[in-house]
Amino acid sequence: MRALDRKLLRDLWRIKGQAAAIAMVVAVGVLLQVMMSGMITSLEQTRATYYERYRLADVFAPVTRAPQKMLDRLADIPGVAAVEGRVQGGALVDMAGQDLPVRAQVLSLPEWRDPWLNDVYISEGQRPRAGRTDEILLLRAFADAHGLGLGDVLSATMYGSKRAFRIVGIAQSPEFLFTTAPGEFVPDDARFAVLWLNADALEAAYDMKGAFNEALLSLERGAELEPVLTAVDALLDRYGGLGAYGLEDQLSNRFLSEEIKGLTATSSAVPPIFMGVAAFLLYIVVSRMVSAEREQIGLIKAFGYTDTEVALHYFKLVVFIALAGALMGCLGGVWAGRGLAGLYQDIYHLPFLVFRVEPSSFATGIFISVLAAMVGGLSVLRQVFALTPAVAMRPPAPADYSRSGAITASLKSWLDQPSRMVLRRVMRNPGRVFGAVLGIAAGMGLSSAQMSVMSGFDEALDTTFSVIDRSDVTVTFFEQMPLKAAFDLAHMPGVIEVEPTRGVSAVLRYGTETYRGSVTGMVDGAHLSRAVDADHRDIPMPASGIVLAKSLADTLGVQAGDTVTVEVLQGRRPTLELRVARIADTLMGAPAYMNIDALNRAMGEPGRISGAFLRIDPDAYRAFFKEIKDVPSVAGVTRKNDARLAMKKLMDEGAGTMRYVMALIAGIITFGIVYNSARISFGEQSRDLASLRVMGFSQGEAAFILLGELALVVLIALPLGVLLGFGLSYLVAAGFSTDLYQIPTGFRADAFGIAGVAVVLAALISGWLVKREIEKVDLVATLKTRE
Amino acid sequence: MLDRNTIPQSATFRTRGLTKVYGEGAAAVHALRGVDLEIPEGEIVVLLGPSGSGKSTLLNIVGGLDRASDGEAWFQDQNLSEMSDRELTLYRRDHVGFVFQFYNLMPSLTAYENVELVTEIADNPMEVERALELVGLGERMNHFPAQMSGGEQQRVAIARAIAKNPTVLFCDEPTGALDSATGRAVLHVINDVNRELGATVMVVTHAAATAQMAHRVIHFADGQIRTVTENDTRLSPDEIAW
Repeated sequence: MRALDRKLLRDLWRIKGQAAAIAMVVAVGVLLQVMMSGMITSLEQTRATYYERYRLADVFAPVTRAPQKMLDRLADIPGVAAVEGRVQGGALVDMAGQDLPVRAQVLSLPEWRDPWLNDVYISEGQRPRAGRTDEILLLRAFADAHGLGLGDVLSATMYGSKRAFRIVGIAQSPEFLFTTAPGEFVPDDARFAVLWLNADALEAAYDMKGAFNEALLSLERGAELEPVLTAVDALLDRYGGLGAYGLEDQLSNRFLSEEIKGLTATSSAVPPIFMGVAAFLLYIVVSRMVSAEREQIGLIKAFGYTDTEVALHYFKLVVFIALAGALMGCLGGVWAGRGLAGLYQDIYHLPFLVFRVEPSSFATGIFISVLAAMVGGLSVLRQVFALTPAVAMRPPAPADYSRSGAITASLKSWLDQPSRMVLRRVMRNPGRVFGAVLGIAAGMGLSSAQMSVMSGFDEALDTTFSVIDRSDVTVTFFEQMPLKAAFDLAHMPGVIEVEPTRGVSAVLRYGTETYRGSVTGMVDGAHLSRAVDADHRDIPMPASGIVLAKSLADTLGVQAGDTVTVEVLQGRRPTLELRVARIADTLMGAPAYMNIDALNRAMGEPGRISGAFLRIDPDAYRAFFKEIKDVPSVAGVTRKNDARLAMKKLMDEGAGTMRYVMALIAGIITFGIVYNSARISFGEQSRDLASLRVMGFSQGEAAFILLGELALVVLIALPLGVLLGFGLSYLVAAGFSTDLYQIPTGFRADAFGIAGVAVVLAALISGWLVKREIEKVDLVATLKTRE
Repeated sequence: MLDRNTIPQSATFRTRGLTKVYGEGAAAVHALRGVDLEIPEGEIVVLLGPSGSGKSTLLNIVGGLDRASDGEAWFQDQNLSEMSDRELTLYRRDHVGFVFQFYNLMPSLTAYENVELVTEIADNPMEVERALELVGLGERMNHFPAQMSGGEQQRVAIARAIAKNPTVLFCDEPTGALDSATGRAVLHVINDVNRELGATVMVVTHAAATAQMAHRVIHFADGQIRTVTENDTRLSPDEIAW
C-alpha cells in the first residue's frame, strides 16, 4: 500500500466519529431512496402480475339485465380479447353479535370452469362445488376482520330473502384490494363483504336466468379503450347499460393508484434533501481537514507530489465516506423494504408482494451520494491546489475580516464586542451560514409541512363528519322508494329527525373531461347533510342547476356559471344540461348536489328517495338497529362514527405511515444540522474561546460568542422554515390529495409552532452539549499550539 | 501551613511546595517538583530553562490557567489553590494580562476592538487609544489582524493584555515567533509597561539574552528552581545581544 493511502486510512480512523455521522446521513438518504423506489416498483410489478395472473378485466360494463347472447356480440367488438358475463348484486350479511347488518357484494362464479376474467386467488379451501347453492367463497379481508373461517355459516339477505351459506373457501381478488360499500367513499374491510356463489344460485336469487348484469372485457394488446367503451355502451344501451368504464376508474384500482402516487410524491421530495445535507457536511469536514493539514500538504508537495495526487488523496477520503454510506443505505434499504413489504402486503390485501429493487435504483443512490460528496469535496480541492509548499508550511494568516468589518463598523454604537464578533463571522462566511440556515429551514419546513398536512387531514375529518354531515346514521335503500319510506323511518325507535335524499349514478362531462360519480338530491333546507362554502355556511340548493364539490369542479375544469352535461345512468337515463350554480367546499369524496325535486323531475320520478340521513337518540341505537335490520328495502345502514374511524385508519396506514416516518426523520435531520453547526463553529473557534477565557471572560460570556452564531442562524432559519414549510405543505397536500379526500391547505399555526419549538429545543440541547465542551477546553494547550 | 501575616506585602506571588503532576502511575510526568518562590512587586522576572523544565507550568498556575497538584500559590493575600473556577476567572479578569507566542488575536475584530474586548469587562481599564499608543500602534488601531505583521499583532496582544491595568503581566515566549528587530521592539514595550504601569512582569523564554533586561532571573530544570539571580545592572532591550 502506498504511503498516502496508509495516511488516508489513518485519517479516516482519526475522524471516524464524524465520518460515521456523515456516512449515516448519506445512508439514510440512500436507504429512503432505495426503499421507497423499491416499494413503488414492487407494488407496481406486483399489481401488474396479480392483475395478469388472475385476468383482471380492462373494461367493466354494468347493465340492468342483458341476455347471454349479447356476450358474443360484445366479443365481436374490434380490440376485445375476451368477454365474461356475470351476475352481481347487493346483500346484507347478518353478523352474530353485531347491531348492524354488513353490506355485501355478491358475485357469480361459472360453475364448470374457471372464470375467463376476474378470477380469484383461493388462499384457503376451495371453490363452491358444482350444483351447490349454499356454498360461498368469502373475501379474505372481511373474513380476517371478523375472524371467520372455513366451515363457518353466514346468513345473508339477497333481494329480500334471507339464506344461510357455508364458507368453503377464503379468496383474494385483484378486483377487491380495497373494498368500499356502494354510496360510501371510505374503504373498510370490516364493513363490506364480498361473496362469490355459483352462477346458478345467484341467477336464481336475482332473477337473472340466462342473463347477466355485468360484462367484463379484456382488450387486445395495444387496443384503444375509448372506442371499445363507446361500442359496449351502444350494444348494451337497450338492456339498461349503466355505462362501461375502464380499469382506471375501477374503485379498488383507483385507490391503489392513488396510494402509489402518494408514495411517489414523498419519495421524490425527501431523499434529495438528505443528499444536500450530506454534501454540506462533507464540505465542512474536508474543508476543516485541509486547513488543519496545511503543513502536511505543503510537505507532501515539497516532496514532489503533484497537485493532482494530493487532491486525489483527499478526494478518495470524501468518496470513501460517501460510498460507505451509500452501500449501507442500499443494504438498509433492501432490509427495510423487505420489512415494509410484509406490512404493505397486508394493507393492500395482496396475496404476495416480492420486494424488488431495480438495479438502477442502487445505481441512482450510489451515483447521487458520490455526486453530493464530490460537490462537497470539489470546492475544498480548490484550496489544496492553491496552496504552494512554502505558504502551506507557514502558519496561516488570520482570517481577513476587513471587508465585513467595514459594514459592521456603523453598528458600533449599539453592539458590544462579542456581538460584533458574532456578526462579522456570519458576514465573513455568508455561504456557510446560508448552508446551515438552509439546512435547518429545510428540515423544519419538511417536518412542519408533514405536520401541517396531518392537521389538515384532521380538519378535513372534522369538517366532513361534524360540519357537513351532522347526522348519526345514513340509511340506503336497494332501489328508489316513495317518500313514505322516510316517514316510516321517522317512526322507528329513537329517531329524532329524518332527512330524505336521493342519489343517482351519473357521468358528468365538461369539454373533454369526464367524471364517473353520482348526483345527490338534497331537500330544501337540508341540514343533516349539507353543502357548505369555505366558511362552512350552507349553500342553499337552487331550484335548477347543480352544485359541485371543489375537487369535482377542478377535475372537470369548470367554474360557477359553466354548464355541465350530466348523463344519468339509472331509470329513464336522461341526459341533463345543468348550470353550475355554486362550488361547494367539500373535502371528502367528489359529490355533485341538486335540488331533490329538480332531480326527480328530470328523472320523471316525482317524490322518490334512495336513502335518508337520520339523527337518533344515543340511548335508542340498539333498538333502532334491531328493527331496521328486518326492513327488506334497506340495503345498508352506516353509522357516521364507523365511517370516520375507517377514514382515519385509512389515512394512518399505507402511505399514511410514511407521513409519520417522514416527520420523524425530518426532525432528526434538523437536530443533526443544528448540532453539527454548533460543533463546527466550536471547532473553528475553540482558540478564540480559549483566548477569551484566559482574558477573564466567564464560560457563559465565551459561550455567547459561539452560541450567538447558532442563535442567529436559528433565528434566520425559523421564518425561512415557516415559509418553506408553507410552500411544501401545498406540494405535500397536493401529492396526498386524492379523489377520495382533499387535504385543505392553509397556514397552520400549530404545525409551524411545534416545528419551531422543536428547532429551538434542538438548538438549546446542542448549545448545552457544546457549552459542556467549552468547559473541557484545555486553555493552555489550545493557546500554546499553533493553529 | 502558611500564616497570612508571614507574607511580605511587597510579594506579588509566593509559592510553597508547588507541585504539578500530569497523568498517573508509570505515565506520570512531574512538571513541578515542590517549588518555593517569591516574586516581589513591580519586578520583571525572566524564567529560563530547557523545554519541559516546568517554567510554563509555573506561569500557568500562578496565572490562574491551571491548578497545582499539591502545594500552595498565593497572589498577594489570596490563595489561588483554594479558588473556584469562577474566582479564578475573576482573578484573570481583574489582575492578569497574558501574552502568548502565537498572539491569539480575534481575527474578526480590529486592533482597537481587540483591546476594547478587555476594557469592556475590566474594572479599571485604561483608554484603548493609550494602550495602543504604549505599544506604538496608535496609527493602526483600525486594522484587522490579517492586515498586520507578526510583530504588530504581538504588540496588539500586549496592548490587549495591559489595557486592563493588570497587576501582573505574563508573557509566554512573547518573541518566539518574531525576528530579532521585531522581537526587540516587543521587549521594549514590555519594559515600558513595567516602568510606566508598575506591573509585575513574568516572562518565560528560551532566549537567554532576554534575561539581561530582567530584575530577577530564575533558572528552571527538571521541575525545580536551580538558581535565582538578581541583576545588579539591567540592560535596555536595545543593548541586548540577540
